[in-house]
Amino acid sequence: MITPSSLHFERHHAGVPRIDPATHTILIHGLVTHPLVISMQDLRRLPSVSHVHFIECAGNSDEEHEGHPAATPQSSHGLVSCSEWTGVPLGALLEAAGVQPAAKWVIAEGADACRMARSIPIAKALDDVIVAYGQNGEALRPEQGYPVRLVVPGWEGNANVKWVRRLQLASAPAMTREEAATYTDLQPDGKARQFSFVMEAKSVIIRPAGGQQLDGPGEYEIDGLAWSGRGRITRVEVSTANGSWRDAQLQLPVLPKAFTPFRLQWHWDGRETILKSRCTDESGYVQPTREELVAARGMQPGPDGFDHFNGIKAWRVAQTGAVTGV
Amino acid sequence: MFRAILAFSLAVVTVATSDHPIGRAATTGEIGARNLTVFADGSGLPAGSGTALEGKPIFEARCARCHGMRGEGSADYPALAGGIGSLTTTHPVLTVGSYWPYAPTVFDFIRRAMPYDAPGSLTQTQVYALTAYILRINGIVSDTLRLNRTTLPRVRMPNRNGFIPDPRPDVP
Repeated sequence: MITPSSLHFERHHAGVPRIDPATHTILIHGLVTHPLVISMQDLRRLPSVSHVHFIECAGNSDEEHEGHPAATPQSSHGLVSCSEWTGVPLGALLEAAGVQPAAKWVIAEGADACRMARSIPIAKALDDVIVAYGQNGEALRPEQGYPVRLVVPGWEGNANVKWVRRLQLASAPAMTREEAATYTDLQPDGKARQFSFVMEAKSVIIRPAGGQQLDGPGEYEIDGLAWSGRGRITRVEVSTANGSWRDAQLQLPVLPKAFTPFRLQWHWDGRETILKSRCTDESGYVQPTREELVAARGMQPGPDGFDHFNGIKAWRVAQTGAVTGV
Repeated sequence: MFRAILAFSLAVVTVATSDHPIGRAATTGEIGARNLTVFADGSGLPAGSGTALEGKPIFEARCARCHGMRGEGSADYPALAGGIGSLTTTHPVLTVGSYWPYAPTVFDFIRRAMPYDAPGSLTQTQVYALTAYILRINGIVSDTLRLNRTTLPRVRMPNRNGFIPDPRPDVP
């Protein structure tokens, strides 16, 4: 379930800043009664929470949408990781500042070179967003947002603003470049979906998977990961021979908006076959096929390529035991 | 014993005079210095102005090496101009001119993030002038329209109505 911190995927828009925690502050202002400046020392005095959540880049798996299936699970699904995040609920900080009724959005800005900023609806901000300083029991690493970042559970990676330095309560979103243009999803009719926040239910078999080699017919454990930005995974099915799905075992406890490892014992008879998984989440949503996604969304690449691809991923096992992506 | 009582009393006085339970009050100056938000309606735009004619030499000196002399882009860096009307074709070209819905976002992004190797180094006047030049090479403003906090929000982008809210789940 937990990605070792040093292996958590990394993405930035203007490099990794070097920030002195002794002088770093978060400014809370805008439609609040008490504009505040909060230091790291202030944050560390407050009641904290720890929750396990995945963070996934909106563009994870975009080559799968394109029709160029990647060769290994790292290539096809590598822009997602899962950690235990420790910090202060954003709601507690906003409550201290006194949110005014006209405030509908929180604009979160980072202290990176490009001061990347995203706008978060107030309901989400008050729900489960964490102002996090800890990752898996250690301080955040610089590339993961040291000394403090937002964790916006279940929402696209870009919204999880790293190196956060400013929170502005406003009646409208900022419409920064990232939300006005970059992270939008162009459709065949020329319109583009905006504020497509949630990362939908997704699963992938990581063993046996592309790039690996089976050592002859016999017993194998199929292992994989499933996750959903809408809550808990409730089911993972695996197909080891065309079209026939069996339920895999979910690793307990199943946590919301977190990696859910799954396992299935499999006897390989030595014949060529296809392995794939599909998951269901607590909203009833079932992970779709690539064909279903392309039918619904088309093939117009947006500024970030094809975001939010969560289709079923297939691996071919050849008679030689070599596993490839298809 | 007496010292302990005195120390405790002093501690209580200190906590009781704190105005805020978390952090400290922000000053207007601090907010003004840190706040970079420019909204779609232009709120937040600073004083200053610029035209495309003024922006051209700045663009050629500071921007063209990545974005091309006419904003056509390069292998690693995006095109800023072109593609208007291409969104439904087999090769949509998504640029500031063809895709971005709001002109103030151009100012906002340049001020925050550009040039890539020295973000925050441009003056407000330069940012207005570059904004004007980028809109000019997309055919959206003239060489001489002076953009400022009043006129920039009035610039209507070709793709102003090109966005819809997220309808997902959309499958099946």
